[in-house]
Amino acid sequence: MSTDMKVMVPIGPQHPALKEPESFKVMLNGEKIFEVDVRLGYNHRGIEKACEQRSYIQDIYLIERICGICSHSHTTNFVQAVEEIAGIQVPKRGLYIRTIVAELERIHSHLLWLGVAGHEIGFDTLLMYTWRDREVVMDLLAALSGNRVNYGMNTIGGTRRDFTPEQLQEILRTMDVLEDRTKYYIEIASVEPTLIQRLSGVGFLSKEDAMRLGAVGPTGRASGVNYDIRRDDPYAAYSDVQFKVMVNENCDVYGRTLVRVGELMESYSIIRQLVKQMPDGPIAVKAPRRIPVGEAISRYEAPRGEDLHYVKGNGTDKPERVKVRAPTLANLQSVAKSLENNNLADVPITIAAIDPCFSCTDRMIQVDDAVFTWERLRAYGIDWYKSQRGIDFREVKKLPW
Amino acid sequence: MANEQQIQTELVQKFPFLAEKFVIKRERRIFCETAYDHFLEVFGHAVEKMDFKIFATVTGLDEGENLSFLYHLSRLDGTLLNIKTSVSKTNPVLKTVTGWFPGSALYERELVDMFGAKVEGLPDGFRYPLPDSFPKDQHPLRKDWKPEMLPEGAGSIMEEK
Repeated sequence: MSTDMKVMVPIGPQHPALKEPESFKVMLNGEKIFEVDVRLGYNHRGIEKACEQRSYIQDIYLIERICGICSHSHTTNFVQAVEEIAGIQVPKRGLYIRTIVAELERIHSHLLWLGVAGHEIGFDTLLMYTWRDREVVMDLLAALSGNRVNYGMNTIGGTRRDFTPEQLQEILRTMDVLEDRTKYYIEIASVEPTLIQRLSGVGFLSKEDAMRLGAVGPTGRASGVNYDIRRDDPYAAYSDVQFKVMVNENCDVYGRTLVRVGELMESYSIIRQLVKQMPDGPIAVKAPRRIPVGEAISRYEAPRGEDLHYVKGNGTDKPERVKVRAPTLANLQSVAKSLENNNLADVPITIAAIDPCFSCTDRMIQVDDAVFTWERLRAYGIDWYKSQRGIDFREVKKLPW
Repeated sequence: MANEQQIQTELVQKFPFLAEKFVIKRERRIFCETAYDHFLEVFGHAVEKMDFKIFATVTGLDEGENLSFLYHLSRLDGTLLNIKTSVSKTNPVLKTVTGWFPGSALYERELVDMFGAKVEGLPDGFRYPLPDSFPKDQHPLRKDWKPEMLPEGAGSIMEEK
């Protein structure tokens, strides 16, 4: 490989193919990628530090805002850790409600992903269909919790809202509608040649690399890593239900699609079992304001994979330390590997295939009261690209067009 | 909890100094603590000989005079082994575990930025998660750090060149 054929293409931090800020330096030899450098941190908001300065109850609402999609994943994980430190036994009904919302969240997240994946490969009909169907589960979540995201369902000791018998019936009815639609998507994923050929072999990640690089969730499972926190480290009500862990040996983006579509079907089944077995009784117990000295680690299978929270209590009403390891941080390290030897045109779908969530990953943002004028912002952008990337946009003016 | 006890027996037999600070908190949650001198031996043994093939992350803790680090290792059966170790805050030097898990680089960079740990052997790369303009001697997750300590404009893209 002669060095003069190498080209570096910067993608991000602001780029139409990325839904959130992140920076990829893609090194190309012709059309082929041979190295990718990833830079993160653009969404870092200092939430871990902020948690230390707020009470446990305030922290629930702050942590809910780590992510716009898996908000319930983070709060459940946090309250589970706090409940373990305080020795609180959550009533069964509270656990069942938590689990139902968790699975509804997975359904809306996976349907969203399927649409994004369709869009990234130019299959916008799939985007329109899945996002239309996603509204069905969003409406249900809004009816159950009052909100489309950030449901505010969790509190230390249980949940804040109960489900009425009518709501439970509505959940079952919605599962029938969604299951019917998902069967259609499974058919598309198994027979539609454009989808299969576009995704097969793209973004290859071997099982060994997935383990070494710490890939989690559907990204790991599509590389043959048979690991799901819901089964292997059960929490909430998962030990009361039967479900299959979707594992696929394809090791590519097509495999990641099959895993997620399969997981949708399992989620419908889990929710039906929970509604059927729903116990009576209270949804929460009263929790003390001061949480004793102690530490706990809670793990949760979020839609994107394992989410880990570490909480340390110091006997006051504020935690000593809260640590969050979101699934995208674990998965991103495998993206660079899976992009190697792919074409530049495969970058958007391969990045999208881990269903990245950079807000979760970074957890901080710097807010500044200064306001940029357009000229100053433009000059800043030109300087930045010149000093950081060696590209001088001032030269652009000299081009004939 | 036979599985957890078996792990305790094996680790304590191999490393008797772990016996004092070995706690099985509940099913699948094992905590142990070692001086940093022995940390890499214990970590390596758990990874290579005891099937702890998943490195979940490492949590940094500011404990006054020391910085402590809690390495979370997991098995595919869901058992989580948490190995805690401490170094002095005046010279917080750690060795990287990227030799076992290349994916740990970002977790270790977080310790560098947020706690001011020095991680030997960490491959070159960008800072994470703080921006380049953030003062290198300020570490936000240390207990004595306050946002007021930031010089005006630091950590912002708005910084004047």
